[in-house]
Amino acid sequence: MATATVERSNKIKLTSSRIVFNIISYVFITLLAALCVLPFVMLISGSFSSEQAIRFNGYSILPQEFTTEAYGVIFKSPEKVLRAYGVTIFITAVGTILGLFLLTMTAYVISRQDFKYRNKISFFFYFTTLFNGGMISTYIFYIQYLHLKDNFLALILPGIMNVFYLLIMRSFVNTVPTALIESAKIDGAGEFRIFVQIVLPLLKSGLATIGLFMALGYWNDWYNAMLYMNTETKFPLQYMLYNMLQKQQALAAIASQVGIKVENLPSNSLKLAMAVVATGPIILFYPFVQKYFVKGITIGSVKG
Amino acid sequence: MKKHGFVYEFKKNKALFFMVAPTVLLVLVMSYLPMSGLVLAFKNYRFDLGVFGSEWNGLENFRYLFQSGAGWLITRNTILYNLLNLITSQGLAIVVAVIISELTGRIFKKITQSVIFLPYFISWVIVGTFVFNIFNYETGVLNNIITAFGGEKVNVYSMPGVWPWIICIFNAWKWVGYNSIIYIAAITSIDAECYEAADIDGANVFQKIWYITFPSIRPTIITMLLLQVGRILRGDFEMFYQIVGNNGQLYDATDVIDTYVFRSLLTNSNFGMTAAATFYQSVLCFIIIMVVNQIVKKVEADYALF
Repeated sequence: MATATVERSNKIKLTSSRIVFNIISYVFITLLAALCVLPFVMLISGSFSSEQAIRFNGYSILPQEFTTEAYGVIFKSPEKVLRAYGVTIFITAVGTILGLFLLTMTAYVISRQDFKYRNKISFFFYFTTLFNGGMISTYIFYIQYLHLKDNFLALILPGIMNVFYLLIMRSFVNTVPTALIESAKIDGAGEFRIFVQIVLPLLKSGLATIGLFMALGYWNDWYNAMLYMNTETKFPLQYMLYNMLQKQQALAAIASQVGIKVENLPSNSLKLAMAVVATGPIILFYPFVQKYFVKGITIGSVKG
Repeated sequence: MKKHGFVYEFKKNKALFFMVAPTVLLVLVMSYLPMSGLVLAFKNYRFDLGVFGSEWNGLENFRYLFQSGAGWLITRNTILYNLLNLITSQGLAIVVAVIISELTGRIFKKITQSVIFLPYFISWVIVGTFVFNIFNYETGVLNNIITAFGGEKVNVYSMPGVWPWIICIFNAWKWVGYNSIIYIAAITSIDAECYEAADIDGANVFQKIWYITFPSIRPTIITMLLLQVGRILRGDFEMFYQIVGNNGQLYDATDVIDTYVFRSLLTNSNFGMTAAATFYQSVLCFIIIMVVNQIVKKVEADYALF
């Protein structure tokens, strides 16, 4: 009897504070989620709005005077966009595949308990996160000594060795039973063969996780392109988009100073349509790949 | 003991050495060799003479950097921005993680979590577009709202004072999903028995959060803070550059070491001064992280980074 009353009084107390907590929580999280999604909605709506409407009313949540004109302009002469897409896909594919292979192989070696120098080599990689040459030295070194100016390698190589991904990959590799490697060795398999034929197939979810992180990095990279690429035909998507936006902002600033009519500038909706085209694939894949990112971050945080 | 020297080890694990060689070489060339370029801080750089051919000029570069006032300004900005961003973005992430972990509506949780994580996936170029869409004078959302309520249009791009807040909001916005995943992982690993015991003792939800959740995720919070403190002199170049752009009016309020250095690269001027800035950024960062880690090791060894 006594315990029953205690429990009941607990429940009453619980529910009243629960209700307060739930109201605050649902409102807060809903507002935050809305703030996270709103810019995307405006971006997409803007890209489907008519130019006059944007100029007159500014951007809005719903499309104004719905039109696909901006997309029509992009796809009327699609060479530029398609080429930038091609560059980005090429960089992303080559960088991710090459990087994934090299990084996983490294993670495998430094996770081998019988490899004496594994800690020293791990530290060799880790040290680069503590200390580096900085922007100027790196830039001069890549240009003057490695001759990477206008070379696709300048977009690919910097993304290959990420120490954070290496650590995550190492904890994936650690889940492969040592006995499996030992027995393959006894059967006379070489180290490289063991890695390719036995370890790699067991790392599917690790490869998917790190591969997606790498692909996202390559897809969104504009910084390396800005530093190292000169030729417009070699610009990846994000940098091409950036250039376009810069031109418009610069022109708008000049126009407002000299008093030129704004009509002659590249249009707002075109700009937004380009942004949609550049981000589209990410948004499209997002629902399917999100869980891998969550997994990677979780593993990375456990490692500290 | 002699038998286990490098040669012995190399012979034994030759294949492993070859497997790790490509990345070791890559990091050596791409990360370690450029470190030698830090000597530029003590040189009068001339492109035709290269890094090593240029003449030494002692501490001149540092003297110029700090006498011009730029050195202090960018250092102050970098540190203040990092502190502001650290507190706001981690604070928000912790709050979101605690709330999401407590809520029971499955579908609501799943949808909102996905949406909150979304900003992490887009490039800063797109974020730059958002910022421009919201704040530009002609067609910006902000001015739309203001005029709709009968107010006067404002030109945000000529108001340096508000930019620290704009930058801080967008930084928190972009990282809240990512960081909250880390804290949610930490909260999930808390023993459910703790909460059950608290229920029996009649604790309400706020008390449970305060007395169980917060103390339990303390190690995670400390690790995250440590990681950020180690970067206190590094500005997030991509963020600052895309949000602020080349708006000269805003430089005093928004210039961090990285953007200052980049601009000199762009205009090919003041190389010595900027080399001095990166030198002192790299070295100080290294010292700070070592000192902080050493202190943490003494106080609470488990929380140390390495």
